[in-house]
Amino acid sequence: MFNYTFHWNQALKALPQMLDGALITLQIALLSMLIGVVCALALTGFRLSGNRVLSGFAATWVEIARNTPALFQIYMAHFGLGNFGIHLSPYTALLVGIAFNNAGYLAENFRGALKAIPDTQTRAGRSLGMTALQAFRFIVLPQMLRVAFLPTTNQMVWAILMTSLGVTVGMNTDLAGVTQELNARSFRTFEFFALAAVIYYIIAKAVTLAARAIASRMFRY
Amino acid sequence: MFNTALTWSDLAFLAQGAAMTLAVTAVSVAAGTLLGILFGVIRVQAGTYWSAPLTFVLDVFRSVPLLIQLVLANAFQSIAKLGWGPFTTSCVVLSLYTAAYCTEIVRGGISSVPATTRRASRSLGMTWWQDMRYIVAPLATRVSLPSWIGLALGVMKDSALVLWLGLIELLRASQILVTRLQEPLFILLICGAIYFLISFPIARLGGYLEKRWSPND
Repeated sequence: MFNYTFHWNQALKALPQMLDGALITLQIALLSMLIGVVCALALTGFRLSGNRVLSGFAATWVEIARNTPALFQIYMAHFGLGNFGIHLSPYTALLVGIAFNNAGYLAENFRGALKAIPDTQTRAGRSLGMTALQAFRFIVLPQMLRVAFLPTTNQMVWAILMTSLGVTVGMNTDLAGVTQELNARSFRTFEFFALAAVIYYIIAKAVTLAARAIASRMFRY
Repeated sequence: MFNTALTWSDLAFLAQGAAMTLAVTAVSVAAGTLLGILFGVIRVQAGTYWSAPLTFVLDVFRSVPLLIQLVLANAFQSIAKLGWGPFTTSCVVLSLYTAAYCTEIVRGGISSVPATTRRASRSLGMTWWQDMRYIVAPLATRVSLPSWIGLALGVMKDSALVLWLGLIELLRASQILVTRLQEPLFILLICGAIYFLISFPIARLGGYLEKRWSPND
């Protein structure tokens, strides 16, 4: 059909290398999610604090993260920060870019989740003699996490897909980077990238299924 | 930073890049939405079992990074000797990508219309098509439009990735300028501001519609 011979063997031989890359991909995605969740919680707190400066800062972060491309944010971390004399390696730039993006989207999710919990819950906690912190910690937070869990796992899948953007700033250790490097050596573009696509698909599905399993165990009641 | 080598013709170059971004987005969103409506209706009509293959294929488009999809499509078109340029390849990939998400939105919209409403319209003697056209479409649009706006903006932002195929869109244009002028922060800030100016008002409109049209309020 095509005047082209597929060399799948070459791609399969490189599978161990690509799986190593997949581990780095997962590592970046997990780290960026951890940083993202912490930042998002802080941003949500800033927004609720009532302090003009803090909530303005949080709103700016969220709007920039949500209204510009993720690739632009990574470029900003990699090329833009160079103006201040900060030169990040591709790995760090990728991590910073994705974490920034994650934090913006997650902050919006957390805010929505907080809104979904009625004020009466906090008031009931307070009237039972809990302090404000206790009411937040034991009443609001568990319910909020339950509502925010699914969007957060979606964001995790997004983070995994976003790590592939690292290749545009010269990242060569994650799955996309390794694939690109193999491709540059052999020009078997289709075979290598098809295999990479399969690996990405499996990772994304595994994360989704694992999240569902965790959710059904954690949120039984 | 205020002493820049950026000239008006450079700004025009950036504007051309922005026009390319908008062109790719417009074509992909238009084609993707049409496909998405078609697939969405098929998914609802055919049921979970018969539409499983379609669901799987569309799911692949959502679970594989867009960058990988673009590279694969580009390699495929050269293997198959289709002779597509980067613009066509980008539009095809982004259309399918849009369609994959749009299908879910359309499906959600259609299933948000109560079955009783549809049965009522059919009992009044409406055909399937009339029911779809005059009952389901207006009600489903209200539910789906805010997420569709979000999708269109998402595609606009994701269209930055087509730079990998060599298409000079907004981000690639600013990268070229950065290489020439060595003022990364300033030029990238302009580039980001353009993206923001396109995206922010429309995102606000989507948020407003979502609030305005959300049921049970």
